[in-house]
Amino acid sequence: MNRFRRMFNKLRFLFRRDSFESGLAEEMAFHQEQVERAFEAEGMTPEEARHAARRQFGNATKMKEQSHEAVKFWFETVAQDFLFAARQLRKNPGFTATAILMLGLGIGAAVAIFAFVDAALIQPLPYANPNRLVGLFSSIPLGPKYNISYLDYRDWKEQNKVFKSLEAYETWNFMLNTPTGTELAQGVHVSDGFFRTLGISPILGRDFLAGENQTTAPHTVLLSYTAWQERFGGRPDVVGQAVILDGVPNTIIGVLPRDFHFGPAAAADFWAMLDPSGPCEKRRICHNLFGIARLKDGVSVQAADADMKSIAARLEKQYPDTNRGQGAVVMPLTEVIVGDIRPILLVLLSGAGLLLLIACVNVANLLLVRTETRQREIAVRGALGASPARLIRQFVTEGLLLIGIGSVLGVAWAYAAIHLLIRLIPADMLAGMPYLQGLGLNLHSIAFAGAVTLAAGALFALTPVLRMSLQEMRAGLTGGGRSGSSSIWRHLGANLVVIELAVAVVLLVGAGLLSKGLYRLLHVEVGFQPDHLAAISIGAPDSRYSQDTQAVALEEEVSRRIGSLPGVQSVGVTRYLPLSGYGPFIDFIIKGRPYHGAHNEATRRQVSARYFTTLQAQLLHGRYFTASDDASRVHVAIINQAMAKKYFPNEDPIGKQIVYSGSWSQAPPPIEIVGVVGDMKEGFLDAENYPAIYLPFKQDPADWFSIVVRSSQAEQSLLPTLITVIHGVDPDIAVYDAATMNERIQNSQTAYLHRSAAWLVGGFAIMALLLSVVGLYGVIAYSVRQRTREIGVRMALGAQRSSIYQMILQEAGRLIVLGIAAGMVGAIGAGMLMRSLLFDVRYWDLPTLAMVAVVLCVAALVATYIPARGAASVNPVEALRAE
Amino acid sequence: MTKKPDLLPGTLDMLILKTLARAPMHGYGIALSIKRSSDDVLTVEEGSLYPALQRLLLQGWVKAEWKKTETNRRARYYTLTPLGRKQLGIELSQFEQMITAIGRVLQDA
Repeated sequence: MNRFRRMFNKLRFLFRRDSFESGLAEEMAFHQEQVERAFEAEGMTPEEARHAARRQFGNATKMKEQSHEAVKFWFETVAQDFLFAARQLRKNPGFTATAILMLGLGIGAAVAIFAFVDAALIQPLPYANPNRLVGLFSSIPLGPKYNISYLDYRDWKEQNKVFKSLEAYETWNFMLNTPTGTELAQGVHVSDGFFRTLGISPILGRDFLAGENQTTAPHTVLLSYTAWQERFGGRPDVVGQAVILDGVPNTIIGVLPRDFHFGPAAAADFWAMLDPSGPCEKRRICHNLFGIARLKDGVSVQAADADMKSIAARLEKQYPDTNRGQGAVVMPLTEVIVGDIRPILLVLLSGAGLLLLIACVNVANLLLVRTETRQREIAVRGALGASPARLIRQFVTEGLLLIGIGSVLGVAWAYAAIHLLIRLIPADMLAGMPYLQGLGLNLHSIAFAGAVTLAAGALFALTPVLRMSLQEMRAGLTGGGRSGSSSIWRHLGANLVVIELAVAVVLLVGAGLLSKGLYRLLHVEVGFQPDHLAAISIGAPDSRYSQDTQAVALEEEVSRRIGSLPGVQSVGVTRYLPLSGYGPFIDFIIKGRPYHGAHNEATRRQVSARYFTTLQAQLLHGRYFTASDDASRVHVAIINQAMAKKYFPNEDPIGKQIVYSGSWSQAPPPIEIVGVVGDMKEGFLDAENYPAIYLPFKQDPADWFSIVVRSSQAEQSLLPTLITVIHGVDPDIAVYDAATMNERIQNSQTAYLHRSAAWLVGGFAIMALLLSVVGLYGVIAYSVRQRTREIGVRMALGAQRSSIYQMILQEAGRLIVLGIAAGMVGAIGAGMLMRSLLFDVRYWDLPTLAMVAVVLCVAALVATYIPARGAASVNPVEALRAE
Repeated sequence: MTKKPDLLPGTLDMLILKTLARAPMHGYGIALSIKRSSDDVLTVEEGSLYPALQRLLLQGWVKAEWKKTETNRRARYYTLTPLGRKQLGIELSQFEQMITAIGRVLQDA
């Protein structure tokens, strides 16, 4: 009740504020007059009485202020402060624009990167209870994340005690019959409970039934939402229709939800079922699947990992010739999906954070200088009755206003930056990162921007407050604004500059290391000549090309037609292109050598006779394949240097025979090694070379393969012609992945990730360098201005200009050396943290460190030289007369 | 220069209300009246008086209107409202309780 009345009365006062003001003034004038009268009555002269009354009355402004205080709403003073702050900022457009731009830049970069971090690392995956989902892999001597064989998957599924369900999938390229011809469509083969395990149900139609699989006709398939929209026009009657995949009719049974995505198979249009009767599925040695599983309640990932490892150990004993050396790995599904991109995002976020730190420190420094130059204003306002709290509030308001405008600008710029960055990601790579689909300024990013703004606001509010105390306020009135406090400021400001320089060093070194790593990565020895090389992959319909003779004829015809194109020098064929991952592995034993069940592994590629000469690989020993190495002749192989070193150390591998091991369906023929080639990068750019066996295509043909073409012309312009020629052979052949070899290197995911990290951190580093040098310039320039008089005195007393230079440079030199030294320590630490992103570069790479030190030193000295020259050219007479 | 005793904290509102209970008065009159009735012991400083009057107005315990003085000047006269009279009663009884309590403590010595 009371409160309402007060509120009501306050409102009445608010609307009659003018009459309140004049009323109060009149009332107090009346009062003063009465006091004057009283004094006169006591015998004072009117003059004396007026003075006495005024003395008794004291500070009228202060009194009015106090009466005001009693009746006004709290937000009125705040609004007043904001208006005043805005006026102050408008009066200093240079300062304001600089501060707001720096803050906007810093906040924008941080928020934009945070949006990516949020989408990839913070937002949960779009499945039911995603933190209970895990991914399963087979571990082999080469590494921990390899495929599982179907039979192992069955055993894992039956024997484990830790999963509610365990399912398998493999990505698959389907040959899709469309009215315009055969084309390649991305898809996935999954086991029956795959979607139930994820907790996803189709928005149309039904899920696969338990026990349903490809052996039981008719075949069934689920569509992705995109496929439904783009290939079937989003028609609801699509369920029940047939679609021809790999030459076999499949019945569409449902459509998956729009927001469903599965990172490892992101662009998949068709989701069909695994076929347990497939050629690979029947052999325990043939690894083609990955696993996902849902943990039972209360079971940890570690416990599941341990259980699976013990199962794998049992299988090793049970099937020694196929499972030796094979373990099991369980990891959280989030790790499977975003594990690769996490370190890069964290590095970028740290980079953006450091940039933001520099921007904030710079603005704090500017604010300090302003506080310093406003000493007198503060003192006057204090003397006129402003309480310290009120003054401090004014400064806090100014800081908040700056950061407020800065963050609005920053969020706008972040919005633009996010859309720019996402457009810079190639489409196929973006498809592999489906979690970025919903990327944008969401609540998380806005909250992050808010938190950053609050933290920066607190920093800006604190800096002037630290600077201000009542004592100094009084000193400000008496002195010429040049009291002992300047030295305090010099120390604080100087320390801040040391931080800025150090952070700039960290960012520059980081960018330098990443760029050097990128350079090394792009120039890594691939073992062949990538220039003037075009590559294209084809898949022919099984109905007409599944026989070996048909596939060999296709390869010969395609090679012949392409080889006769103008400008084409040489054509080669391989089942797997270089730089496309390791592809299939085989196990083998070496004939004539005692066999102890050791697991010999190598990646296998079937290549045509002219493959090596087309790539311009290096033949080390023996011979290349010839056109006569076909099915009728002795089976031969060429091995790479890594294989020769690993399996034939200190002996000549030529003439040795190897035999496939493991449970192959038929007795494999012995294969004679006829040559050794230099290592070519078969796997990823940043991976080590692994033993490889090359076999003649004609001795192990297939109706899908890749073609490499060496041309004397620009290889890029050859690509459309290649597609036309292949379709000229048979329009039903699907053609995909047409690219030049250099594009394959430059645009590989490894190169892309390294490149984006190097470019973005490089951008941050350049901005950091600029900001910190500007900060240093500001501090030195300010210090010189403060000491103009001292410099004048020194020069009047005979100091040489050179000694003035020396004095200023010494001051700056100390800051620069401190900053660089601190930065180097930080940079080595930061380098150590991002070791995993540095390809072939040590984290303490000396040339990079030295280069950064030199660059920063030069930039900082230039920034110092300008004010130092100003100081040295001071005219002593003018300096002494000033003030 | 000897310092005049300060008012007991919280008593200014009560003194103003009590003064106004006798007759409507302007600010100067209130200050003068308190000074006189206390035989010059209590001085209400202008710096405290006017903010206090604004507070009382806000609470609705007094109301103000512009009137002519005997010397034909315009001045703002403050009048006690019924609410203010009630408040005065509350404050007086609280004050008396306190004085009695303090008195008892001092008596013992």
